[in-house]
Amino acid sequence: MSQPRRLAEGGLIDRSQALPFRFNGKSLTGFAGDTLASALIANGVHLVGRSFKYHRPRGIMAAGIEDPNGLVQVGTGARTVPNLMATQVPLSAGLEATSVNVFPSVGFDAGAAIGWGSRLFPAGFYYKMFFGSPALWRRIYEPLIRRAAGWGKAPEVADRDRYDHRHHHCDVLVVGAGPAGLAAARSAARSGARVVLADADERCGGSLLSSKAEIDGLTGREWCDQVVDELGAADEVLLLPRTVVFGAYDGNYFCALERTEDGPNGAKVRQRLWHFRSREIVLATGAHERPLVFADNDRPGTMLAGAVTGYLRRWAVKPGERMVLFTNNDRAYEAAVAADAAGIDVAAVVDSREQVDPAVADMLSTRNIRHLPGHVVARTQGRKHVRAVHVGRLKGDRIDGALEKIACDLLAVSGGLSPAVHLFSQAQGRLVYDADLACLRPGQGADRQRSAGGCNATFDLADALIEGCRAGAEAARAAGFEASEDHPDVASAWTAGAIVPLWSVPTASKAGKRFVDLQNDTTVADIKLAIREGFDSAEHLKRYTLTGFGTDQGRTSNVNALGILAQAVDRPIQEIGTTTFRPPYTPVTFGAMGGRDRGALFDPARLTPMHDWHVANGAVFEDVGQWKRPRYFPRGGERMRAAVARECKATRERVGIFDASTLGKIDIQGPDAVAFLNRVYTNGWTTLPVGKARYGIMCGEDGMVFDDGTTARLAEHRFLMTTTTGGAAGVLDHLEEFLQTEWPDLRVRLTSVTEQWANVSLAGPRSRDVLAAMAPDLDLSPDGFGFLQWRDAIVAGLDARIFRVSFTGELQYEINVPWHFGQALWDAAMAAGEPFDITPYGTETMHVLRAEKGFIIVGQETDGTTTPDDLGLGRMVSTKKDFIGRRSLGRSDCLRPGRKQLVGLLPEDPGRAVPEGSQLVEVGMTTRPPPVPMLGFVTSSYWSAALDRHFCLALVADGRSRHGDVIEVALAAGPALARIVDPVFYDQEGTRRDGD
Amino acid sequence: MLIIPCPWCGNRDEIEFHCGGQAHIARPAEPDRLDDAAWADYLFMRDNAKGRHAERWVHNAGCRRWFNLIRDTTSHRILAVYRVGERPPDLEGPTP
Repeated sequence: MSQPRRLAEGGLIDRSQALPFRFNGKSLTGFAGDTLASALIANGVHLVGRSFKYHRPRGIMAAGIEDPNGLVQVGTGARTVPNLMATQVPLSAGLEATSVNVFPSVGFDAGAAIGWGSRLFPAGFYYKMFFGSPALWRRIYEPLIRRAAGWGKAPEVADRDRYDHRHHHCDVLVVGAGPAGLAAARSAARSGARVVLADADERCGGSLLSSKAEIDGLTGREWCDQVVDELGAADEVLLLPRTVVFGAYDGNYFCALERTEDGPNGAKVRQRLWHFRSREIVLATGAHERPLVFADNDRPGTMLAGAVTGYLRRWAVKPGERMVLFTNNDRAYEAAVAADAAGIDVAAVVDSREQVDPAVADMLSTRNIRHLPGHVVARTQGRKHVRAVHVGRLKGDRIDGALEKIACDLLAVSGGLSPAVHLFSQAQGRLVYDADLACLRPGQGADRQRSAGGCNATFDLADALIEGCRAGAEAARAAGFEASEDHPDVASAWTAGAIVPLWSVPTASKAGKRFVDLQNDTTVADIKLAIREGFDSAEHLKRYTLTGFGTDQGRTSNVNALGILAQAVDRPIQEIGTTTFRPPYTPVTFGAMGGRDRGALFDPARLTPMHDWHVANGAVFEDVGQWKRPRYFPRGGERMRAAVARECKATRERVGIFDASTLGKIDIQGPDAVAFLNRVYTNGWTTLPVGKARYGIMCGEDGMVFDDGTTARLAEHRFLMTTTTGGAAGVLDHLEEFLQTEWPDLRVRLTSVTEQWANVSLAGPRSRDVLAAMAPDLDLSPDGFGFLQWRDAIVAGLDARIFRVSFTGELQYEINVPWHFGQALWDAAMAAGEPFDITPYGTETMHVLRAEKGFIIVGQETDGTTTPDDLGLGRMVSTKKDFIGRRSLGRSDCLRPGRKQLVGLLPEDPGRAVPEGSQLVEVGMTTRPPPVPMLGFVTSSYWSAALDRHFCLALVADGRSRHGDVIEVALAAGPALARIVDPVFYDQEGTRRDGD
Repeated sequence: MLIIPCPWCGNRDEIEFHCGGQAHIARPAEPDRLDDAAWADYLFMRDNAKGRHAERWVHNAGCRRWFNLIRDTTSHRILAVYRVGERPPDLEGPTP
């Protein structure tokens, strides 16, 4: 028999299915139905990890989601997952798990030396200790701390598994399938409501799985099975085991993580993230037991009383052979009864209360178990495992007389129950402190939510079942169904019982550490130190001592810490309040959060009709918003600079072809269209005749440049506006907002036609020849088709609209055809351009060509603090009409001297590339002590083939009056001198736009 | 995530909407009559109410219409929804 601590019979495990697994390299065996934790206990493995700060040995302390100690790394390679709780990992054949936070091994851990010097590491030590130079931090402190407190390791290769998201609407969502949750789901389901019942566990039942109660004449497990069968057969019920509801959001929006990998369809989807929107919510999330706080209460072999009962009854494993129970409440006595029945020698029951209900005490005397009321466990003894406890008599706030040593290898502890109020609180429910039950319980909750059972501090089984029935029926009624309540009849259940809080056991000054939060190694002394240093509110205490952080979020420690804090500052717990509960309740993997939205599906890609041609012709793409735009078309082994220089040269000397389909286009129609344009653009539109286009600048109400583009008048009451590629959606939003909210009287309608028109742009002196070859009937003479005019024409047999605009400074035609003819037009243009060696160019070349002309790009030369005048476009701001932003342009700050203005900038060394974003200062200032007055910054910087040098655009304080001045570019590699010049570098007379 | 009752489309998820901030801020009819401070007040200054707050929302991913609603900023309850141009309903009593 390889499982020395396995009971011969009982439990919800399948002894016919042995499952081999490995823990820290050792081969072990468990059974189907085990968790990793129960299988480790069955094999007598107690030491599962080392603590966060002191690297003390730690063992399994709980049986559920609240365990602070048993963190493991599961799986290898791409499938490895760090920091899982051993209690939450279902055992499977071949499972491979290792301890986290150990070096070199869990048995011998070098980091435990920290424990010996722990006086040097009090609470908040990292705020006090690690001072010095940044280099000291980078080289010494940070690597040291990361190594020491690393926990698990993230996978280092890409995750190849599949994750899913599912959205689900229901009438009643029941969270938790313990007795109250099952009762609630049954009541709600019988009404015909759409019910979802989710539970983190493999199987439904919660506390019933380890209870001896009888319900309706059935054992607890039989009753569970009956309810689950009924729910499973109901059409409108969705049963979700292995599903932890981790987040409660506004409007009854709840999120849950389903571990599908452990379920029947595990191979296809590893985990599924559920999004529930439910009319009504029943929270039945149960309660977590708290440990007691005494010296060396973290020693392996110390276990929550309810967990002992659970391991014995549900998994049929014995966590020890000789047990002492230490409690402050009646309920924990069940563990002594369960242990006795399983053949564990119960050495003593130590109860901090003087008075214990005789009926409870009788249960011990009939079993010949020694009872020590009015006593406490002062400390444990042992090295990597409990070997004895030292018990003393509690007198007020001290221990009276000598301690008695009682040998044992299992110490069961119970400090009472804490309702699992996490989801209730996430949904903004308010907690109240219940002094009788010594716990925080739900007070006023969120709309359309109700708590039932343990999470509502209804710990008595019979009461919890009734409350569950009622909550389920009420929820169904509130969702519009007729529901009745069928209250189960409970016999021989353990009643809730009395409790007297004991927040910490008094201790002699030389005794061991009294741990409050085992996952973060926070002790009573740490809490008291924090209070002495002024961190005496719940939120401050948490941040200073780390209590309640980590994967367990302080499920076993928060209330004890509050109790200790309340005692120390002598204020009631209710006044102190709790820290804020936030999602997620348990850790959620990034894989599940990402779902299918990864790789190519991470964000939709918008493609032009010519995209496939660009791909086939070797384009290097850049993302502009969601658009994929060719950045350049390298030939041979060309790098970007060479390709861009070639494309620029070809365009300036012959003809380039550019895919401008992504430009935003808005069709504006209505009798008030002109009035509308006058209000949204800074310049005037009244005089623009049909057949012509105009460049316009748009400001926000704050007067800052917001977008630009050309707009053409197609008819008396119809315009086609173009916007920047990235700004298209924002411009439409902006225009619609003003139309709807400020000017609903204007008769104007807007339609986005961005994806209705493909745009092939021909630029360069030979562009006229190429277009002429495709549209032989069109008069292309400078007088027949002037600058800023548009024409409808047949181009290469296609209905086209041609705009004569220019963003390159060259003669340029933008030919628009219906979207799906884009490729046909492109092909025709490539063929017609062949005699002229037509050259495709991308956005990088476009950027260089426009910058050589001093044309701005909104978002590059502007940053939301730039006015039209700052850009040298003051002449485009009308003084004869009102428009969005006009009043702001008259604010004193927009008129003051010293504003940054657009200039050209030429590095004195023509070969020196100056990065965009570089700061500009007066010459010599970079060697001065800071602060150094900043003059401005570089907005654009390129190599120019036409100028045969590097050149920049920049925003410089009073730059327009400083042409000719030399300033300094502050660079890490050493400052560079640069001369301020006019921002138009190429063809300042503007003759090339009509061709040569 | 809020469920927002669009006055044109009915209940929809918050993800379909954008919030446009405080409602009922009148755009000055004659901006030139305002001094810089008064104009800045219109441009930038907004209430930071605890409790009832009238807000502008737009159903971006739906009908694309702007509308107003009254929301309790502490409970996130939406107390009233009304169309552009309609007067805000007169809500009686203390904030629920």
